[in-house]
Amino acid sequence: MANPAFHRPDMPGLQPVAETKVNNTPAPRPEPLLRVSDGEMPDRLFKYAMVACGMAVLGLLALIIYELVLRSSLSWHSFGFKFFATSGWDPVNEQFGAFPFIYGTVVSSLLALIIAVPLAVGVAVFTTEMCPPALRGPLSFFVELLAAIPSVIYGLWAFFVLLPLLSDHVEPLLARTLGLPSILGWTGLFTGPSLGAGMLAAGIILAVMIIPIISSIAREVLMVVPQHQREAVLALGATRWEMIRIGVLRNARAGIVGGIILGLGRALGETMAVTMVIGNSENISRSLFAPGYTMASVLANQFSEATSNIHLSALVEIGLALFLVTIVVNTLARLLVWTVTRGQPASTHV
Amino acid sequence: MSSAANIAAMQHKVPPISLRRRVTDHAMTGIAILTVIVVLVPLIAIFGYLLVRGLASVNWAFLTQTPKPPGEVGGGVANGIVGSGMILGIASLLGVPLGIGAGIYLAEYGRNRLGDAVRFTADVLNGVPSIVIGIVAYAIVVLHWHFSALAGGVALAMMMVPTISRTTEEMLLLVPQALREAAYGLGIPRWRTTLSITLRSATSGVITGVMLAFARVAGETAPLLFTTLGNEFWNLNLLQPTAALPLQVYNYAKSPYDDWHRQAWAGALVLILLIVSSIAAVRYAVRRGSFGTA
Repeated sequence: MANPAFHRPDMPGLQPVAETKVNNTPAPRPEPLLRVSDGEMPDRLFKYAMVACGMAVLGLLALIIYELVLRSSLSWHSFGFKFFATSGWDPVNEQFGAFPFIYGTVVSSLLALIIAVPLAVGVAVFTTEMCPPALRGPLSFFVELLAAIPSVIYGLWAFFVLLPLLSDHVEPLLARTLGLPSILGWTGLFTGPSLGAGMLAAGIILAVMIIPIISSIAREVLMVVPQHQREAVLALGATRWEMIRIGVLRNARAGIVGGIILGLGRALGETMAVTMVIGNSENISRSLFAPGYTMASVLANQFSEATSNIHLSALVEIGLALFLVTIVVNTLARLLVWTVTRGQPASTHV
Repeated sequence: MSSAANIAAMQHKVPPISLRRRVTDHAMTGIAILTVIVVLVPLIAIFGYLLVRGLASVNWAFLTQTPKPPGEVGGGVANGIVGSGMILGIASLLGVPLGIGAGIYLAEYGRNRLGDAVRFTADVLNGVPSIVIGIVAYAIVVLHWHFSALAGGVALAMMMVPTISRTTEEMLLLVPQALREAAYGLGIPRWRTTLSITLRSATSGVITGVMLAFARVAGETAPLLFTTLGNEFWNLNLLQPTAALPLQVYNYAKSPYDDWHRQAWAGALVLILLIVSSIAAVRYAVRRGSFGTA
């Protein structure tokens, strides 16, 4: 602060009479509190650091693809495309065909969707359109609590509670009703011994796990349907259900489908719960009561025990296939949800 | 015929809502309520079983001892609790700063094509199956060193980053632009504004997002199967196979021993309680304002 341009009475040394030249030259500007050049360097460094973090997300994707492709190349070169089309998984003779696992993954996930979609959409419709406002918060909290339960705990519960229930009561009942030749017996879906562990059990536990995902997205999408759509349909004399069907669900179609596909993506990759209840059998059976195997559960069961390179490589190739399928499915789902919510990030990280 | 009579006649002709439509309306309401009940049944059943079967087996020994050899009764999961803590600690150290940094990038510098690409990639990475993440961690850590807590931590960190970056971005965008402009007006550099003004205003939201990611990975089992591998004994070395609570629950559940089944339930209850209480503790701390204000 020692600026000579200011007169300081406590400093007698400076005599304005003697220093007449000082008055002629313009007074030096006071030091700025902050120089622009001071701020630029840290600013630039900070920006680079943050950009690097952002790029790390891209790098992560690249790393996943690179490692999966690299480690599966041995299997790809040995078996080619028939890896995905043949059955027979024989680590001893080093022959690998992943078809039973693909079949199991697809069937169990579709079964889960068939069970979960009506329930999840029903819950979403109820919470947004029908239920008293006081109930809305707690209800969606409880449904989303389902999403917070770790997969291994679902598996534990399904293993000790759901499987006995299925084998003792549900599956015999289904076989006696839907399994009759006159109804659905010809499909073979509901025949065979009631073992408990199998496709049906996997489908049910997957459904329980993806309901919160589908219903939270469906709720989000239903809530962005403009209120005047509802009012317009009601003004035409519609009942509440007609209003929901014509004014709400029809407008939210794309977003709901997006949520369903997102749920499918989760079901395809779900590992622990499925591994514990699906029975882990490489035989393909038409019956839903029979055990099966999925891509994720073969990884869980065999990856740490694989000894030969080709076995490991075949497992990684299954992982790569699983990765690619979920990428495609998720991209599709995001695009559908984005078209409805207009780019607002959907909270799907539950 | 007068016009008033005409109007009265027209009003009379508005048909009442037909029985079929009214029945459909009520039936649909009934079905919607039914779906809610059906969805809540498994939730109640799972928590009920966890509490009943878990509480019967959780005791002091269970929390302080290591597993007994197969077939012997007793033992606990103390090493698993500590191991999970180590793995989650590594995951948080790696994943949280990276995730928040990516979130800052998206919110403050990412309003462009590149930012959209990062945003989309993060959303897509969120859907990658955890077991595939496990394979990648196996390839980049285990193949070069060893089955270890570090490998498990890397796997879980890879799962945390996309989630945290997206929630952080969301929270930072909620901070009013005027607040940033006020800071610039005072001559505060941009980096300082971002860290001390924007991020600080959004602290509670960012922490909530971090806790969501934490809770999601805390119960993950699949990516640990062939990264941390599990361990029946104490291990505090980050580069050695380590026990983890979710792994122990899984291994006990598929074992043939009744006593281990009992311990699986107890372990599951402890796991849920640890997750819920860690979230609750952080929420409480945030509410108290010791991390800044919302």
